[in-house]
This record gives sequence, structure tokens and C-alpha cells, in this order.
Amino acid sequence: MSARFTTRQVGDVTVIDAVGRITLGEGSSLLRDTVRNLIAAGNKKLLLNLSEVSYIDSSGVGELVYGYTTVTGQHGQFKLLGLTKRVQDLLQITKLYTVFEVHDDETQAVRSFS
Amino acid sequence: MIGTTDSLLASNLESVDSAEALVVDAAAALGLDEDARMGLGLAIREAMVNAVAHGNHYSPDKQVRFILECRADAVKVTIIDQGEGFDPNRVPDPTQGQNLMRDSGRGLLLMQAFVDEFSVKRTASGGAEVVLVKYAS
Repeated sequence: MSARFTTRQVGDVTVIDAVGRITLGEGSSLLRDTVRNLIAAGNKKLLLNLSEVSYIDSSGVGELVYGYTTVTGQHGQFKLLGLTKRVQDLLQITKLYTVFEVHDDETQAVRSFS
Repeated sequence: MIGTTDSLLASNLESVDSAEALVVDAAAALGLDEDARMGLGLAIREAMVNAVAHGNHYSPDKQVRFILECRADAVKVTIIDQGEGFDPNRVPDPTQGQNLMRDSGRGLLLMQAFVDEFSVKRTASGGAEVVLVKYAS
């Protein structure tokens, strides 16, 4: 199933809940559009919840990087929540694991935004 | 099931999905565990995307030759496009320097991460031929 994204507010943090596969095509494009629209609407504290993402390819990883560089470029914060082992492994292989701030608990993740 | 299938696939993302699914099934028959199956599937996905998108530019006039060889000890996949070929030694390392924060360029890295053997060569007609092999153990 190609990824679907929904958003919700927890205080001033926007949580993006992702479900499915973030791969080249609809899934990765939707993530890019979601991030872009949120930034355009003035949201600068984004928490991408990947706990329901079973699969991601290099395009999906690229969209994570896009989200990070775009949001931080706007002086915002972009963090990740709930990585499955598979996604974590990919971020390790691509040397991106230390770039992102990754959380396992949503409450702690939300609190971490300044 | 031991044997070889040799097919021509259209240059679209549906072909990428189909190829990945076929290989994951072959990996299961080989006895690979779930992580290895998923990893091999991802490697094939990346190689197919390269062929479809970068080699054949999604052209309806071009096809990808997909050869799946199921052996008793390994799965071997050969993917051949009708593009202009590429030199893997000239692809920037996505883990180095400013490349790290690019939003593309990681396909080759992920292809190689999940297989035991990987090679690229240029075909006689100029396209890229990528071979990936995953052993049972």
C-alpha cells in the first residue's frame, strides 16, 4: 500500500502520521507535498511518525532528507518518531541516522521541540 | 523452484513492483529469512528504478529485460535497460560531504548493501546490465 499521510496538532507541534510504503511514486510525492504544504501554512515544528511505515526505498529516504533540509532551512525543526528496525537499518546504512533526531515516545518527542 | 525466467518489462513503476514481488517469492523459496527477503527485494527495486527511470526514462518505447535465475544456493537477477549505461565508479558517494544531505543518489548504495555480489557493465547496445546475487547462506 502506497503511503498515506494525516496530520494532527499536539500543542504547537504538527505530527505527521504516515502509514504504508514510502517509495518512488505516489508515496514519496505525497510526503513531499505534505511537508511543503505544512511549511507554507507556517508550521515549523514537524514530527514525522513512521511507526506504521513498513517499507521505505531510497526515494523515501530522500524525502526524509528533503523534509529535514527544507524545514531547518526555514529555521524550523523536523524530527522522526517510531522507526521500525527496517527504517532504522536504512538510515544507518546511508549514514543518516545521526543527522535526524529520532524518538521512540511521542510525548517525549513533542516535549523536545524548543 | 529452480529455474530461470527471462522477461521484458515495461518502463514503469508497476514493473518495479512486479519484479520486486517475484524476487521476494524466489528468496522465500530459497529459504531466506524475512529481513534478507525484504533486503533483496529492496535491492531489486532500486535496480529496477534505475533501469526504468534513469536508463529508459519511463519511455513506453523502451523495455527492461529482467532475468531471474533461481538456483539451489542462490537467487541471481540480471536487469538490462536500453539507456546509455553508467559507470558506478563515477556515481558520487551519498554518505560523504555535501552528498549526505542531497535528496537523491542513494539507490546504488542500497542495491549493494543487501546482496552478496553486484556488478554493472555496459551492453553492446549501450545500456546498463546490472547483476545482483544473493546466496542462501
